[in-house]
Amino acid sequence: MTGDNVEDIEIQLLLEALFRRYHYDFRHYAQASIKRRLKQARLQLGFRSFSALQDAVLHDSAMLSRLLDFLTVQVSEMFRDPGYYRAMREKVAPHLRTYPSLKVWIAGCSSGEELHSFAILFGEEGLLDRTLFYATDINPAALEAAASGVYALDRIKAFTENHQKSGGKSSLSDYYTAAYGRAAFDKSLRRNVVFSDHSLVTDAVFAEVQLISCRNVMIYFDRPLQDRALGLFRDSLARKGFLGLGSKESLRFSAHSGAFGEFVRGEKIYQRRDP
Amino acid sequence: MSGEGMQAVVIGASAGAVQALSRILPALPGDYPMPVLVVVHIPADRSDLMAALFQAKCRLVVKEAEDKEPIRPGVVYFGPSDYHLLVEADRTLSLSSDEPVHFSRPSIDVLFESAADTYGPGLVGVILTGANEDGAAGLRAIAALGGLALVEDPAEAFAPAMPAAALKQCPGARSMSLGAIADCLAARGAS
Repeated sequence: MTGDNVEDIEIQLLLEALFRRYHYDFRHYAQASIKRRLKQARLQLGFRSFSALQDAVLHDSAMLSRLLDFLTVQVSEMFRDPGYYRAMREKVAPHLRTYPSLKVWIAGCSSGEELHSFAILFGEEGLLDRTLFYATDINPAALEAAASGVYALDRIKAFTENHQKSGGKSSLSDYYTAAYGRAAFDKSLRRNVVFSDHSLVTDAVFAEVQLISCRNVMIYFDRPLQDRALGLFRDSLARKGFLGLGSKESLRFSAHSGAFGEFVRGEKIYQRRDP
Repeated sequence: MSGEGMQAVVIGASAGAVQALSRILPALPGDYPMPVLVVVHIPADRSDLMAALFQAKCRLVVKEAEDKEPIRPGVVYFGPSDYHLLVEADRTLSLSSDEPVHFSRPSIDVLFESAADTYGPGLVGVILTGANEDGAAGLRAIAALGGLALVEDPAEAFAPAMPAAALKQCPGARSMSLGAIADCLAARGAS
């Protein structure tokens, strides 16, 4: 990056301001995506420059939550990449069944599509009652949405197709009530879920878990930050615990690649290496 | 035509992409000195076959782009389906799962705008056949920073909407036949 591009300087200063003032640390996110999101935020929030946006966010914490929605909110699908869930069902679940109790961490849960997918899958595989889920995100609004389990009805068709392709043993319609253009997922799916504010960038290990699913979150991090998150995952996993990543994420270039072995080739499911 | 200062080529295509790209990518020499980054609109549930398809036809190395991968000259990178492809300032690639742009993920605009930020006047942008408006804003960004903007002649394109939109939003772009685009890109690398 050339040092004399005013916009790039402004963006770096804005990210520094967010960290110093609110401890939200986007400084080591992949810059091209952050820049694109910040440009959208600046336009839609009506600021002339990133410096003006910085001024507003420093002095008005309400502006922070509006900005966070641009910087963090991920639109995912339930059972996105059905092959991943099929592999969880067919290859990972048999191992998980050998544990009397389970802890599962959905890291970067956003509005909860992945959490609900796992809860449904665990129910179908007879694991739900023995499992405690941790669903974490840095955006309080996203956590709230995840905890409510309500999605627009027009998304349900794609969710249903994905669920079937993942080897679903029940009907997705068993789990939600449709009304007023929205589908509200059954709260029994969230009975054993702890929703929590947690940052892979600045926070530490909080539990020992048998499975971590963190999909399309680290893709936004730069290499050193990816290594930090993967170190956190390694230290949070029980012996021979499982780690699932997004379909285009890989441990190949990571400093921690030696800590994990490939468990399901092609579906980015890894297992912690332990003697 | 000289290749002075040119550092990278970005290409966007949609409906009719395979045939159009088949006129261009195989025409590039094996020692091409620039990276070629390509985004094609493919349905999310389709496996990523473009790289394998074109490797068989090309003298250059053709591969699917990976997150955090350093960009190398003489390599054709295809953006994977269901992810945006972006160029970082340190000349590595990154992928994102952000919402679709113009109903498309990958989006041509996302690639072109991020590449323009990094390469400035050293970038060649090419819009080929397609049925929506994706890529027009990206091509305008490339031209605005002094890069070279090329568009497939809408009269000859399989689907004219995308090249027509690009020409409308980016009046400085040159409208050319596929053969002329291939010659121009090959010549840009030959200096």
